[in-house]
Amino acid sequence: MEVADERWSAATFEELAMPLFDQLYNFAYWLAQDRTEAEDLVQEAYVKALKGFSSFQPGTNFRAWMYRILRNSFLTSRTGLKASAMVALDSDDSPELPAGPEMPETILIEHSQHQLLQTAIEALPVHFREALLLCEVEEMSYQEIAETLSVPIGTVMSRLSRGRKALRESLQQKLART
Amino acid sequence: MADHWTAKLETYLDGELSASEMRDLDAHLRSCPSCAADVLSQVQIRRAVHSAGKRYSPSSEFRERIRNSIASKPRRSPMRMWLEATAAVALLLIAGFITLSVRQQQGRRQQVFSELADLHVATLASTNPVDVVSTDRHTVKPWFQGKIPFTFSLPELPNSEFTLLGGRVTYLGQVPGAELIYQIRKHQISVFIFPDRVVGRELGSSSQERKELSFNVESWDQDGLRYFVIGDASRNDIRNLADMMKKAS
Repeated sequence: MEVADERWSAATFEELAMPLFDQLYNFAYWLAQDRTEAEDLVQEAYVKALKGFSSFQPGTNFRAWMYRILRNSFLTSRTGLKASAMVALDSDDSPELPAGPEMPETILIEHSQHQLLQTAIEALPVHFREALLLCEVEEMSYQEIAETLSVPIGTVMSRLSRGRKALRESLQQKLART
Repeated sequence: MADHWTAKLETYLDGELSASEMRDLDAHLRSCPSCAADVLSQVQIRRAVHSAGKRYSPSSEFRERIRNSIASKPRRSPMRMWLEATAAVALLLIAGFITLSVRQQQGRRQQVFSELADLHVATLASTNPVDVVSTDRHTVKPWFQGKIPFTFSLPELPNSEFTLLGGRVTYLGQVPGAELIYQIRKHQISVFIFPDRVVGRELGSSSQERKELSFNVESWDQDGLRYFVIGDASRNDIRNLADMMKKAS
């Protein structure tokens, strides 16, 4: 979200931040998996962002900045600390896994199976879940995701690949049981 | 060959391959059913995740709460900060200028009184303190005609202790004025009269009483003229003479 300096100088925090409200809330909910916690995270993120807005560098990515603040709030929350601890041993440096087996056409996701898919996403380790959501739902570029998560682009690619593979396997298992 | 492309399918679908790689992979997909099927499968699952991922919506109350908490907090833009800084500097400059101006005015005022004290002392020290020697105001006043660019009135002193000794032309700031010498007991007092425009800027229009080099001084402006009464006589004497001069005008 590159914004011209002239426009930027006249813009208010509210004008820039409110259009991101629904997306940020959705992301917060996916991270925290609880409505009250999601609201707390969003509120904390907006308060922090407003406070730090004067230090925000015009011309840099405001959306990535907001997501980063929200994510940092999550990581320091109780749920976030617990979720991070669960994936701490899961090194980002491990080589990218080869693509998993192709999804059989018979198990293509139907609209009625959204619940199944949502459960599978919820079950993903938080580092995979957040990378996948930023890429698939928020349609961020690798660069934006890297800025949001404060990791190198290679790590973003690795997490996406591993997350997608884990999601496929999880879906196959769930579908096999049904 | 297919393995080489398989590893890049994700990046391809994420739109992060270079333009030339995108073209090459497009071409490969048209000739490789295995990769094409993989892409189709991945596209479908991505669409599903995209749709399933948009799951949670905030309540309108929560939205309003956040909006209210951040409303009307404009960013301090660089331009605005610059303007504020400029205004602050301008204020400081103005304040500094006013202070300087006041000090300069005080300095000029001080200078005027010092010069008058000097003139008074010079007159007393002179062997010819007055150019027109007369106790008669009707002699002294006409003597100044043609010598100074204004006229003035002198008081009658029949029942007072003051005696008019005479007068002389003097200069303040290159402008001619009148100096009258009065005596009370052993004290000689100078009365200076100048056009107000010469010293009015420095002194303002108010009357002033002060001490200058231990002389008592009283000053006022009247009818466009600035009067100074200065001498080593008591403050009361100076004031009395000043009052008589004021009444005479």
